[in-house]
Amino acid sequence: MRPEGRGETESLYFRYPHFDPPEAREVLSAAVPVAIVGAGPIGMTAALTLAKEGVRSVLFDAKSTFNDGSRAICIARQSFNILERLGAVGPFLEKALPWTTGRSFYRGQQILEFEMPDSPREKFRPMYNLQQQYIEDFLWRAVEAEPLIETRWQSEVVGVRDVDGGVRLSVKDPLGTYEIEAAWVLAADGARSPIRKMRGLRLKGENYEGRYVIADVQMAHDYPTIRRALFDPDCRRGGTILVHKQPDNIWRIDYQLREGESEAEAIREETVRASVAAVLGELGYEGAWELEWWSIYSANTLALDDYRDGRIFFIGDSAHIVPIFGVRGLNNGLADAHNMGWKLGWVLTGRADERLLESYTPERRGATLDVFANASKSARFMTPPTSGWELMRDAALNLALEHPFAGELANPRQMTPYTYADSPIAGPKGDGRGPIPGAALPGARVEGGYLQDRLGAGFTLLTCDAGLAGLADVMLYVEVLGVGSEAAEVLGLGTQGAVLVRPDLHIAARWERAVPEDITAALALSTGRARA
Amino acid sequence: MTPLDVEAVYEALAETLDAVGDEKQRMFLAKLALLLARDLGDTALVRQRIGEAAKHLEA
Ligand SMILES: Cc1cc2nc3c(=O)[nH]c(=O)nc-3n(C[C@H](O)[C@H](O)[C@H](O)COP(=O)(O)OP(=O)(O)OC[C@H]3O[C@@H](n4cnc5c(N)ncnc54)[C@H](O)[C@@H]3O)c2cc1C
Repeated sequence: MRPEGRGETESLYFRYPHFDPPEAREVLSAAVPVAIVGAGPIGMTAALTLAKEGVRSVLFDAKSTFNDGSRAICIARQSFNILERLGAVGPFLEKALPWTTGRSFYRGQQILEFEMPDSPREKFRPMYNLQQQYIEDFLWRAVEAEPLIETRWQSEVVGVRDVDGGVRLSVKDPLGTYEIEAAWVLAADGARSPIRKMRGLRLKGENYEGRYVIADVQMAHDYPTIRRALFDPDCRRGGTILVHKQPDNIWRIDYQLREGESEAEAIREETVRASVAAVLGELGYEGAWELEWWSIYSANTLALDDYRDGRIFFIGDSAHIVPIFGVRGLNNGLADAHNMGWKLGWVLTGRADERLLESYTPERRGATLDVFANASKSARFMTPPTSGWELMRDAALNLALEHPFAGELANPRQMTPYTYADSPIAGPKGDGRGPIPGAALPGARVEGGYLQDRLGAGFTLLTCDAGLAGLADVMLYVEVLGVGSEAAEVLGLGTQGAVLVRPDLHIAARWERAVPEDITAALALSTGRARA
Repeated sequence: MTPLDVEAVYEALAETLDAVGDEKQRMFLAKLALLLARDLGDTALVRQRIGEAAKHLEA
């Protein structure tokens, strides 16, 4: 929502583009390998990933512009890795605000300062703040420049029907209605996913009590990019407030509604203005400010039982809704898109068997359940659901005024990338040194650059054994690392060891004594051409 | 701890509970539990004691 007198996309700092429906009408019904429903951040990322694998897709979005409002603003390191793989990270690095520190306050006094894991071995910082419309804008630049992606705006998918070897979509735009057949469909149509409803599927899980108003204000506030959490502040006794800095002097203020506080009242402009003014007073800010945008959000942990329905895959919010505290909504969805994108890309280019697609739900739903476990913990701290949780939360905060150990309970421990430990395509574990199969590739410096810069476009074998270099072929890139180098150390690699890395930067397999036959077998397993 | 030590703790607790007043007693006890648990440094033992303390509350 925006202040009285301003349109839905009339922002103080961002110009929303306008996109027309497709003009060339005669080719609209030509069959496509992949149709992606929803050109939000997740749909665009999936399209870019497929294009990297050489696969064409058509992207449909019902709207004529990007999503309104700043919405998801925290992008994690792992997402930056994905954006870099897609060749899209440039504008993100230029605009986004990196951060590593969080501070928590209780009744006005600081009780915790935490640092997110970071080191010189890492190419990217643990977190970056950037408004979602910039995220979409920067992804769009890459999508627009990609000849393998065709985007159709103002094009609403209104029907889906299974046909032999594909799915028929009915699409409605201002100029008419048509049908189009796709071999595969990626439903990236958001939390309310019409595709999910058309297929009769339901999200399952829990709704939490806490409701938050999220408001953006523009102001010349002098404070570094540090996430602040205010517990039980004077301006909102019993409630919790989160404050984040964004580019363009925009500040995100999330504040919790009291129990019984009416939503209709809470989102009235005057109420939002008064609440924001009170928070700014609490922060000691006395200058001028302008209200930019606001919305209301509640904490849910909901997911589909299966992210696949026939030839339709659900990616992003259509598959899962997670609470905002974990800052995983967007990040989790980007990982879905990247995971699905390379797998489908490899299947459609004949490099992988269709069975590979069976690993999508276990890997990505597993990640979501892990997010749920963490987010539920955070939610219970931010908005205790019962009197027991509330008493212990208050006791911890109160104790933290003098005893820092209790303040650690307020540490949100955001974002460590999920390990696909039980993945059906995870290969041999080696001797247990270094990251296990399914884990994300760790950071390391290599000759003035970073380990991730040394990877091939598909699978990469990282090894200290130069004798394995001859294994390189179209399916496999081999990178020989120095014995005892930082990368070898971080990976736990001895002189004969090797680590197989997937296109999505997760580890596929590892050996302390790597031999060609084993590597070939692991590659077959990780591309669905063999079973474990 | 000798029986006399236990008695001294018992008295200090009773006096402090009265001093903080009815309204803050729960919070006080919860804080104390966290502090003592940390000093004890033995999660299994703490969990066992939590279970024991929850027994017979209706007696
Ligand atoms: C008000 C609000 C505030 C949020 N705040 C936060 C936050 O603070 N932190 C956080 O981490 N996350 C937040 N989120 C969630 C975050 O925005 C999402 O996780 C993220 O946008 C997911 O992207 P997505 O591409 O899956 O879905 P969306 O961004 O919702 O995109 C779905 C797209 O599909 C299109 N679409 C839908 N149906 C059809 C159809 N039938 N045919 C064609 N196109 C269709 C829509 O037009 C839309 O563009 C917020 C979400 C909302 C709505």
